[in-house]
Amino acid sequence: MRYLPKSESERRQMLEACGVGTPEELFAHLPDAVRLNRPLNLAPGISEYEIVQYFRDRAEQNANGYATFLGAGVYNHYRPVLVDTVVSRGEFLTSYTPYQAEIAQGTLTAIFEFQTMICQLTGMDVANASMYDGSTAVPEAAMMAVRATGKGRVLVSKTVHPEYREVLATYARHQGMPVEEFGYVAESGVLDLEDLERKMDDLTGAVIVQTPNFFGILEQVKAAGEIAHRRGALLIVIFTEAVSLGLLEPPADADIVAGELQSFAISPSYGGPYAGIIAVKEKYIRQMPGRLVGQTLDSRGHRAFCLTLSTREQHIRREKATSNICTNQALVALMATVFMSVYGKQGLRELAEQNLAKAHYLASKLKPRFTGKFFNEFVVKAEGKSPEEINKQLLKKKIIGGLPLGRFYPELADSYLICATEMTKRTDMDTLASQVTA
Amino acid sequence: MIKKVTQHLSPNELLLFERSSPGKKAYQLPGLDVPAIDAAEALGAENVRAEIAGFPEVSEVEALRHFTRLSTWNYAIDYGMYPLGSCTMKYNPRINELVARTEGLAWAHPYQPESLSQGCMEIMWRMESVLAEICGMDAVTLQPAAGAQGELTGILLIRALLEKRGNPRKKILIPDSAHGTNPATAAIAGYAVENIKSSETGGVDLAMLEQLVTSDVAALMVTNPNTLGVFENNIVRVAEILHKKGAMLYMDGANMNALVGIARPGDFGVDVMHLNLHKTFSTPHGGGGPGAGPVAVKKVLEPFLPTPRLKRSGKKLAFDYKPKNSIGRVKAYYGNFGVLVRALAYTLAHGGPGLKNATMDAVLNAIYIRKALEPYFDLPYTSPSMHEVVFSDDRQAKLGVRTGEIAKRLIDYGFHPYTVSFPMIVHGALMIEPTETESKDEIDLFIDAMISIAKEVELDPQMVKGAPYNTRTSKVDEVAAARKPVLRWKP
Repeated sequence: MRYLPKSESERRQMLEACGVGTPEELFAHLPDAVRLNRPLNLAPGISEYEIVQYFRDRAEQNANGYATFLGAGVYNHYRPVLVDTVVSRGEFLTSYTPYQAEIAQGTLTAIFEFQTMICQLTGMDVANASMYDGSTAVPEAAMMAVRATGKGRVLVSKTVHPEYREVLATYARHQGMPVEEFGYVAESGVLDLEDLERKMDDLTGAVIVQTPNFFGILEQVKAAGEIAHRRGALLIVIFTEAVSLGLLEPPADADIVAGELQSFAISPSYGGPYAGIIAVKEKYIRQMPGRLVGQTLDSRGHRAFCLTLSTREQHIRREKATSNICTNQALVALMATVFMSVYGKQGLRELAEQNLAKAHYLASKLKPRFTGKFFNEFVVKAEGKSPEEINKQLLKKKIIGGLPLGRFYPELADSYLICATEMTKRTDMDTLASQVTA
Repeated sequence: MIKKVTQHLSPNELLLFERSSPGKKAYQLPGLDVPAIDAAEALGAENVRAEIAGFPEVSEVEALRHFTRLSTWNYAIDYGMYPLGSCTMKYNPRINELVARTEGLAWAHPYQPESLSQGCMEIMWRMESVLAEICGMDAVTLQPAAGAQGELTGILLIRALLEKRGNPRKKILIPDSAHGTNPATAAIAGYAVENIKSSETGGVDLAMLEQLVTSDVAALMVTNPNTLGVFENNIVRVAEILHKKGAMLYMDGANMNALVGIARPGDFGVDVMHLNLHKTFSTPHGGGGPGAGPVAVKKVLEPFLPTPRLKRSGKKLAFDYKPKNSIGRVKAYYGNFGVLVRALAYTLAHGGPGLKNATMDAVLNAIYIRKALEPYFDLPYTSPSMHEVVFSDDRQAKLGVRTGEIAKRLIDYGFHPYTVSFPMIVHGALMIEPTETESKDEIDLFIDAMISIAKEVELDPQMVKGAPYNTRTSKVDEVAAARKPVLRWKP
């Protein structure tokens, strides 16, 4: 087999050195009751060519050559060639977690740059080396706020990504961390400050909002922050569309920012792998989950980096750790780092401006349902037909339409969420508009 | 003598921020085919930022060189053996990378219609069935993002079942040899942790277990083979003791590379387990992620698996978003699909017989190393090894040299260190896992290096303690990093 680098004679020599005649004898000590006494019921191995063919055939069964208007947490952005060039290097791809700092400075330096850029983008003081994704960063941020405040209750806006809220509910259930949702204003699509105020109490440790929110709309972050802070809770600000940070004022009122970096050169890949972030104000460093890279010196006095403050983590603290998370998403974070380097200060802004222009062009043809200010996606009320029927009709034109919202918001069953990015062509937008309004 | 490596030039490189100069560009956007709009007007002037202060501005060639230069400062499997115990650092086949980038897979949106996602769903369906067969389990969820999240999923499943039976119970038992994620996970799932001391041979102490399993115990989390690389020969009995008291057996599948094709956890009494696809199934570690941590369960736990569940009706696959008893969602969408593609490609390449051969070579390599190094290093637990072997630094410590220092010296010989000081039940542990993808030559060089260092410790312990000498970055001051944390660049 091509992945096993031994000749038969080498294998024999090694078996001999171990004092056995056959590989099976190496397992002689296993009790009979635990042995599998038949071959695995899996087909024999196949060649590279056949593997490529198998996956090409599967890809053929998927959407191919469709224009897409889906966003809702996963965005279709261009992926600069450099990103793949860098992450395909075996030194990054096939290295382990950088515990041995002397021979892992490549990964460590890149993560340090990543942490810095995330701080610059979010306006926070410290960012960790990444989380699994945006959805799991939410409960981690909530648990952190609960630890920091000593107050167990969590309030989350209904305008936060519905699947993120589901993940939060799963994590919260058994930790004495009751989660309650507060609503949005039906006209604007913005979180309902009065509802938040009403549900706020002194036992609440965290208020969670998302901006741009799930409907694509800029959220009332400052006002929500004031309500939270007045009662001694922390404000957690979530983002799913990282490109928006190229243009939007960073959430300075947040105590914790948690988000998803999929927009930064990470292909949608049917839902993962992506990379999440948690960034915080300085005073919460020791409550942070996940890995952190810090700067130091080597014995010759040169700048060097290493993993640090690991006394927060599970491999040291075990059941008293700040989280059970072990890994980060180093390679995906590296993709985002290369992406941020390629676009840079000016490029990320221009990219965000293009997204804004495309979405607003589309909106000029479709009439958004909500009045709130939006970035690159918005909600449309279907007229005359259901969102599902519209989408069926669009598929015939090789267009994947927006996301019907009924699954997540029964009250919006007549509406869909639609997105335009720098990748969306005007001609496709025109076709979609003519179909929808026809 | 150091045989594997020699010194070579290594480029210096500034941080991106220090290379930055206003106006440099590595990008060009396409021409805008719609009217430009004023951001302040569309978003409100108060919502638009002035600039991203400090963000880099570099040219394309500088960006490429920057990351290429950084990359050369890393050790990697592509350079050579990575004998990290418990981490299963095996070769990452490049075909896996290629197929994961197949256009129709890599660019599939999680919300595109199911009728246009059948290829992705088919891949997931097949992955589930392959993993179920390998583990001897009845059902698999692919949703968890990594091993630790798989653990959490597994424990939540147990909790849900016990709750349904009327009492979720209070405690999870965890051997003192376990990975740190196990107790951390139990805590997040709302359980108290009770540690079990390992027996003299490093396994689960049956008498102690009998005593500890009360009606308060929800489950035992066991790693098998355990972190000593030793198979729990009493595992069937362990399962019986738990089951008799209505408790469940959770298996941490971190060491599954020792069992594939040889023994199946489902057959020896395990109720639920997770797998680390970035270990046993060859998906790249990428400097610390992404991973994937599928969870395999027995029938009795299937109703509680995370939502959505993949279902087949006839030729068509669909997601069921409303399984009545589900623990809910542990991650947005369906799992780290891109990692699943790579893992499935790996199993297709090996096939059933090939996977078993891989296991046998992995165990052969570990035992070969054990035999060769036993005369030089202390072996505190002498039970038969599976895929890894754990020595202690007792002999070297008497001369003042500890496992961490031996590990750093190994770097000078051109190898990545083994796992240091884990498991904690071994004093000064040297935990070595070669995996099946090392050639005899590479392993012989490793053995040679270890023996040479053992001799150096006797001749010149001080020299060993100062290692590494041959790296571009000399010993890193980790204490200073933690004392005064500098976690971001500032001008």
